[in-house]
Amino acid sequence: MAIGLSPFHSGEPVPLRSVPDLSIAEFRTAILSAVSSTCSLAALFGMPAGDRLVRLIAVVADSVTNSLSILSTKVGESYPCLTLECPQAHWFEREIAEQWQVHPDGHPWLKPIRFHAPYRTSNSLSPAPVAGVTDFFAMAGEEVHEVAVGPVHAGIIEPGHFRFQCHGEDVFHLEISLGYQHRGVERALVGGPGKRTIHLMETLCGDTSIGHATAYCEAIEALGSTAVSARAQVLRGVALELERLANHTGDLGALAGDVGYLPTAAYCGRIRGDFLNLTAALCGSRFGRGLIRPGGVGFDVGKPLVAKLQERLEAALKDVEDALALLWDAPSVQARFEHTGTITRETCEALGMVGPAARACGVERDIRQDFPSGIFRFAQIPISKWHSGDVFARAWLRWLEIQRSGAFVREQFASMPDGPILSPAGPLPADHLVVSLVEGWRGEICHVAITDADGHFAHYKIVDPSFHNWMGLAMAMRNQQVSDFPLCNKSFNLSYCGHDL
Amino acid sequence: MPSLILTRLRQGKRTLPFPETEPVLPERIRGLPVMDHARCPSGCTSCADACPTDAITSGGNLQIDLGRCLFCPECANACPEGAIRFTSQYQLATSSRNDLVLTEGEALRLAGRLAEQTYRVLGRSLKLRQVSAGGCNGCESDVNVLNTVVFDLGRFGIQFVASPRHADGLLITGAVTQNMRLALEKTYQAVPYPKIVIAVGACAISGGPFRDHPEVLNGADSIVPVDLYVPGCPPHPVTILDGLLRLIGKIKESRATPSS
Repeated sequence: MAIGLSPFHSGEPVPLRSVPDLSIAEFRTAILSAVSSTCSLAALFGMPAGDRLVRLIAVVADSVTNSLSILSTKVGESYPCLTLECPQAHWFEREIAEQWQVHPDGHPWLKPIRFHAPYRTSNSLSPAPVAGVTDFFAMAGEEVHEVAVGPVHAGIIEPGHFRFQCHGEDVFHLEISLGYQHRGVERALVGGPGKRTIHLMETLCGDTSIGHATAYCEAIEALGSTAVSARAQVLRGVALELERLANHTGDLGALAGDVGYLPTAAYCGRIRGDFLNLTAALCGSRFGRGLIRPGGVGFDVGKPLVAKLQERLEAALKDVEDALALLWDAPSVQARFEHTGTITRETCEALGMVGPAARACGVERDIRQDFPSGIFRFAQIPISKWHSGDVFARAWLRWLEIQRSGAFVREQFASMPDGPILSPAGPLPADHLVVSLVEGWRGEICHVAITDADGHFAHYKIVDPSFHNWMGLAMAMRNQQVSDFPLCNKSFNLSYCGHDL
Repeated sequence: MPSLILTRLRQGKRTLPFPETEPVLPERIRGLPVMDHARCPSGCTSCADACPTDAITSGGNLQIDLGRCLFCPECANACPEGAIRFTSQYQLATSSRNDLVLTEGEALRLAGRLAEQTYRVLGRSLKLRQVSAGGCNGCESDVNVLNTVVFDLGRFGIQFVASPRHADGLLITGAVTQNMRLALEKTYQAVPYPKIVIAVGACAISGGPFRDHPEVLNGADSIVPVDLYVPGCPPHPVTILDGLLRLIGKIKESRATPSS
């Protein structure tokens, strides 16, 4: 553990006054030394600190000691950037600059990430940004050309803009410009929690409703000292793994489709729905809306329903194994998957990538193991990883995780503890901060809730796993062909709305 | 090759015989709500107070704006008397925004077929361009599902195409962010006449959970005229398919009575 850090645990509320308030030099040194050892940057954000100052708060996660550290500093118009020495900070510092007009001096690539007006005005007031209008990286030379795609895409997917710098078919660089889905989620949370809060959590990234709602509930339960029953924790864990099963299955089907291997594409498209329908059997919604609630879960399951779910789970797991066996046995598929979109372990660690994309580069990083909460403190899921960092690795990793999530859900259904499903949630204490981490199907979900003097949210920070990984997709496309993009993109399947918020 | 054939046999035929046969839906699905204000204690506004999107009007006959409704369990949970409960009725699509405002005891006026002239041009082959404009990817996911073997949208002559120039209309999801406004306008302009617009989900109809955020425009009809509204958060795929089939006259009965 680096100097200047005082470790605490995920889900442990901390009085705001005990958060170290460092000088910018100390703040930078502490982060840089922590990140150069075994730590990663789980969050780095600004919040208003009065008198034209912005308080920068960093959450550093140490996956070896399984502890978190939090540190802060106050800055005015500018500060020396971290990104040059710590690429993990790249996207965070762009966000800080966009939201608070604090200039990270020396930042190599300072552009908007969401294209909204700043949350405070300063002397260096710039005109309101227009989505997608920015200073794109450009290449010059003979036979160099640019391919621009989006925000409206050819398929049924979310909006984003992509610029490829190409030489013939070869992509030298891909620049990704987002923000089209920006709908002001974080700002709307300030002053809460209110009656809309849980619904914003369920819809800030709709395919990860369970993951984000769980992170939120764990945060406010920690703040309010609310004990959640074992039964509710089991149901939350089951829902989280069903979400993973559905999405991983869907992604593998889509990857098969992108290389023209239609049997697996067709089967997985259907089996994904079978997993979603298990969640719908729990709570009426295929995406788990209404299930995760502060204090527990909103729906219980009786023994007859569990028996039905067990049967359907086994059928779906058998079907997905069957469908994927074809995929792994098809040489034409493997030829397209292998050595496409490779990311080295060094790049992955430097960018601070998370989730299956990181584990596919051999990085052992999984919140369920490193910072377990809820049922994952008692029922461990072995971490899955692969080493090759290519599309194949990201696909294969999903299959490994499908098997392990399947085994976990099977085990939980077989030994459901009795008890209530919902406990009354306690009021939030004033001037506290809590960090909550959940391993969503895309990776690390980090929520930081900070309360004001009245116990309302003074600030609420959400870091979707996609926030860490979009740059990874850009790196995966280097020296690939334009036609590899759909495959690379799908192998990450990142969230636009979770990033844009 | 043998494994390919064996797997094909094992996986079987999975296409739903919809609309010929009623689909089997999850027991806990929240479809069309039913209301009974006779059960309301005098002066009680618990359901309206609990509603995250202020979709409920209480006091006298109850009213729910299905265009705002997230079909979440909060109102039903807030009411100890059972004055509001959700049925499993999945047919919810309407042709006009006002039809989504459901008053107690009244039937929901479901969407009808396209106007005669448009129907003649588009009724047997409908090509749609999907525009995602500031939602959560939930509606997009459940629209995408219509392309799977389970729903097999193509057999109805409906297809999602890659360009608005090839399309007969737009299917819009999301609350329409400030940042998507221009892209949506341009995409709409690029669709040749006659063109239709379908708004899927609470966001595209009313802004959904993001309603009145300064970053959004509270739905598609703030920008373009809408021909079909499919409520839900997200709507079940069957609800979306039902709406599309009504539009092209493949499902005809027009009223859903909240009585199941």
